[in-house]
Amino acid sequence: MSTLEQVIAIIADQAVLDPSDVKPESTLEELGIDSLGLVESIFAIEEAFDISVPFNANNPTESDFDISTVSSIVEGIERLRREQG
Amino acid sequence: MKRVVITGAGTINALGHDVASTLTAMREGQCGIGPLDLRDVERLSIQIGGQVTGFEAIGRYNRQQMALYDRFTQFTLAAAKEAIDQSGLQFSGELSAKSGVVLGTAGGGVSTWDDNYRSVYEDGKNRVHPFVVPKLMNNAAASHVSMEHNLKGPSFTVSTACASSNHAMAQAFTMVRSGLAPVMVTGGSESMLCFGGVKAWEGLRVMSRDACRPFSANRNGMVQGEGAGVFVFEEYERARARGADILCEVAGFAMSSDAGDIVMPSKNGASRAMAGALEDARINREDVGYINAHGTGTAANDKTECAAVADVFGPHADKLMISSTKSMHGHLIGGTGAVELLACIMALRDGVIAPTIGYQEPDPECALDVVPNEARDAKVSVALSNAFAFGGMNAVLALRSV
Repeated sequence: MSTLEQVIAIIADQAVLDPSDVKPESTLEELGIDSLGLVESIFAIEEAFDISVPFNANNPTESDFDISTVSSIVEGIERLRREQG
Repeated sequence: MKRVVITGAGTINALGHDVASTLTAMREGQCGIGPLDLRDVERLSIQIGGQVTGFEAIGRYNRQQMALYDRFTQFTLAAAKEAIDQSGLQFSGELSAKSGVVLGTAGGGVSTWDDNYRSVYEDGKNRVHPFVVPKLMNNAAASHVSMEHNLKGPSFTVSTACASSNHAMAQAFTMVRSGLAPVMVTGGSESMLCFGGVKAWEGLRVMSRDACRPFSANRNGMVQGEGAGVFVFEEYERARARGADILCEVAGFAMSSDAGDIVMPSKNGASRAMAGALEDARINREDVGYINAHGTGTAANDKTECAAVADVFGPHADKLMISSTKSMHGHLIGGTGAVELLACIMALRDGVIAPTIGYQEPDPECALDVVPNEARDAKVSVALSNAFAFGGMNAVLALRSV
């Protein structure tokens, strides 16, 4: 599975949606993922890719990890894998 | 001061998944204690307990809920639903704003602590699920009950070891009696039957390896149980006006602290709690027909409790009945008083006294009518429910038939 497919699977699971309803351009907000769901998604991503995501729920937009869309999350994961790998 | 009655009851414990099956089991003197089924049980020296079986979270709760509900919360929600359904109450508007939930638990989310310590210490993992804290916190069960049933008034969790649910119900009682709240949901729960939870109790060397035999001369310790008991406490006039089915009245209570030893019970502290409950309820000692004992099956508790009963009741101690249902469902620690209150309700409402099972040999230091081995039909109008905790903190409730 590609990184994108894995992220879509994680996000779809959190949002209780079919993976086909989650697009690269989807935002977490429009998928109905709340703040707890976001924290749980980050945890699932860390587990799946064996990385540590620099994310603080107090200021989600200010961290280095861009969570605005599915594809920005994929880019973030790939960068972290290069840095932490 | 207002009168307080119980208009709903719910439970889950080793004897049954609801009140009806639990009372049937108590009436028949069934034993819910058996071999423990849990991870690494072979490393435990104590391998028995009053475990809840056939209770699957999968199917009952969704994935998101399961991520947030420790087993003690799952038990609580099941019992609370049964109690509130029975009461027929729906919480909205003013009733919702003023009614709350006070629950007891000693350990809270013990298996959540256990699982996650395993994961970071034994498996060497460096991260845990984000919901570990909201899942294990002692007030998680009360919070989820408040959310599920829209209870927006005074709500909190009480933790006084084995007296937790009696202390919780005492708080709920005072709130309804004083007029602070029209209805309170109250009781308690515990789920310590996991490797770490049993291992900790083993350390004290007060656990039996074979059975809980309260008051029997050959008793050799306590046996852990798990589960929950939840009740709806309601102001009497309000309950009557809406035609609610009233299970019994909560007539009074008392709390005392031994201020003595961290684990050894005190006759004086237990006596003061029982006498105080009678005084608070304005009940003559001769009117008490049944006491649901703390009756843990340890050498120390049972003889101290019997001596305290003799002190408080004088000659009437030989006439009243006292039994320990822990012999059947085990010691539910912070949830125990709540499940045991059901035996008091059965005595008052159905005229059936739950037995002390496993009773084999009379003990001269426990020479009371302990209703050995078989339930008994008897008309009882007043019952006490005792809880005497480690730490010397005691709470006794007095109940009256309506």
